[in-house]
Amino acid sequence: MLDGTEPVLDVADLRTVFRTRDGGVYAVNGVSFSIAPGEVLGVVGESGSGKSVTMMSLMGLLPSPPAEVTGGRVLYQGRDVRTMRKAELRRIRGGEIGFVFQDPMTSLNPVFTVGFQLMEPLRAHLRLSKAKARARAAELLRLVGIPDPEARLDDYPHQFSGGMRQRVMIAMALSCDPKVLIADEPTTALDVTIQAQIVELMRDLRAKLGTGIIWITHDLDLVAEIADRVMVMYAGQVVEHGPVGALFADPQHPYTRALLATRPGVGGPRRRRLRVIEGQPPRLGAPPAACPFAPRCRHVFNRCRVENPPRMPVGEGHDVACWWDPETDFPRREPADA
Amino acid sequence: MLAYAVRRLLFAIPTLLVISFIIFLILDLAPSDPTANLPLTIPQDVRQQIRLSLGLGEPMHVRYLKWLYQFAVNEPMHALEQLTGHHFSATPRVRVLSWQTRSPVVDLILQRLPQTLWVVGLSYVVGILIAIPIGIVSAVRQYSWFDQIGTFVSMVGYSVPTFFTGLLMIMLFSVHLGWLPSIYDTNLRVTDVASFWAQVKQMIMPVMVLALFNAAQISRYMRASMLENLTQDYVRTARAKGMREWVVVMVHVLRNSLIPVVTVIALGVPQIFGGAIITEQIFRVNGLGQLLITGIQGADIPLVQTLTFLFAALIVLFNLIADLLYGMLDPRIRYD
Ligand SMILES: Nc1ncnc2c1ncn2[C@@H]1O[C@H](COP(=O)(O)OP(=O)(O)OP(=O)(O)O)[C@@H](O)[C@H]1O
Ligand SMILES: [Mg+2]
Repeated sequence: MLDGTEPVLDVADLRTVFRTRDGGVYAVNGVSFSIAPGEVLGVVGESGSGKSVTMMSLMGLLPSPPAEVTGGRVLYQGRDVRTMRKAELRRIRGGEIGFVFQDPMTSLNPVFTVGFQLMEPLRAHLRLSKAKARARAAELLRLVGIPDPEARLDDYPHQFSGGMRQRVMIAMALSCDPKVLIADEPTTALDVTIQAQIVELMRDLRAKLGTGIIWITHDLDLVAEIADRVMVMYAGQVVEHGPVGALFADPQHPYTRALLATRPGVGGPRRRRLRVIEGQPPRLGAPPAACPFAPRCRHVFNRCRVENPPRMPVGEGHDVACWWDPETDFPRREPADA
Repeated sequence: MLAYAVRRLLFAIPTLLVISFIIFLILDLAPSDPTANLPLTIPQDVRQQIRLSLGLGEPMHVRYLKWLYQFAVNEPMHALEQLTGHHFSATPRVRVLSWQTRSPVVDLILQRLPQTLWVVGLSYVVGILIAIPIGIVSAVRQYSWFDQIGTFVSMVGYSVPTFFTGLLMIMLFSVHLGWLPSIYDTNLRVTDVASFWAQVKQMIMPVMVLALFNAAQISRYMRASMLENLTQDYVRTARAKGMREWVVVMVHVLRNSLIPVVTVIALGVPQIFGGAIITEQIFRVNGLGQLLITGIQGADIPLVQTLTFLFAALIVLFNLIADLLYGMLDPRIRYD
């Protein structure tokens, strides 16, 4: 941890499979990470790398069937989320861990007013009266920059634009002052000014309440701006993880390097989707037995094709799952060998 | 929405006129003879006299327009005069008369309506009340033993005709066990506890036979609609907010799932007035269905014409009601 405090959320070796008619899809294959109070963890990776599924798995939010969380431990303040009683889990969901979903167009219930949906967690977790919950809901809408919030409470989701719905989702996730906020591409549908406003809002939240924020995004500039640490995902695994400065300055994994190379220089147009690395991400029909990036890798060794590299430390809080050592252009020595 | 409803009702008028004319055409083309049921001893020329007295000598369009005038003008005026006690004209109005009984068709219908509404209407309500919880549980516990049994029972309930289940129930509960009467007694008046109990007993079988049939259909709709909504993203949002599973299902999912089901239920209401013809026959409930059958058998054209037209009008009306309900339940839909 950067500041040495206890992690508020600690995930170890999380695994998730979708059991579909055409066999299993191994979407998450042993993901470990943690987040401390007041810390921002940026999560990046190509589309389909398992970012969303990881976050939903750890909160038990994937429908089963088809999804099955087959392993791992998720400790929230020392208690295991995966084995705790339902009532306790409910208190944590929405009350302690807020979740902003990726798709704002479908994530709100179309037949209830925005006010009703915002007031629900306030009434359930904070036990606010109807009037108080309404006042707080309006306050939250104002906070995320929705004009005339009082009146908009009685509107239905379809009366809001995509960007506004996303802000409603953010307001909902923030409503009970969560200890952890999981934000799945929370600003993709927003224009630059609103995005800046949301970023400011989250910074505030972190400063005031010490909320730990997990921020999934494709926007590497944004990560550089707000994150303390970065986690790079590929094929349902963490391939590299480290402090934002170290990782951006000295990326170790060929995949990370490729990602960073797609990033235009300062002042250039921002690119949201990273789709310029040659080749396709693997189909996840089985848990990877070798390095999943090997088929697309420029520095591939024989070992890469037969053995999946574990995460190996390369610096202070910085680790990488790769056999290739960019310093020497030779195979990296395993920690056990050292 | 009011403007929309009025507009739809106005558009319904030409539709209904066309429907009424088509019904008239079909009945006129059908080879039926109102004197066919009379004793064979009545000679041909007398029969011809009877036919002429019923107005059959006139050209078809005249007969149609007469019916239309009687039905669309005289009947409402008559009802109005009855209500207000004020007579608008001195000459008595010619109402639509049944050829068999020579009494006004509308009076016959009003006589039969309560039986049908009680038996068939109640069976519809019971069917809905059974179907919705079954649909919900089957969807929430998809592929559980409850769902499997539910699927099987509703398949049977839907595919086995009511005359079969009806006879089966009569065999079991009336013939073998002797618990319930097999014939519905319309003259029974509920005056005390004993007669009330007798009424309940005679209603059980016809109501249950039809209720099972209705429930089989509606529970399938309910299940499908729930299943579709349970996988929507907003359900995940509700769970992520820490809502109880009960609230997630019974508030968030149910409210969305009911929208199409309510529409289906509204569209099915005219069937009630059609009176489940077969079930009424089996249990001898003399409701509208039976009235229609006797009308057809006796070639009672005015009766059949009026009754059929009223069913058609109800279908048009409940189509409108279903649309309006949809608009009321789904905030995304605006009529203007
Ligand atoms: N319901 C499902 N059934 C089968 N496979 C699924 C299902 N949901 C997700 N997956 C698979 O899980 C993998 C990870 O998906 P995920 O949504 O986590 O990607 P992501 O990193 O969030 O991508 P994006 O950046 O596009 O949001 C993908 O390969 C996807 O095909
Ligand atoms: Mg995603």
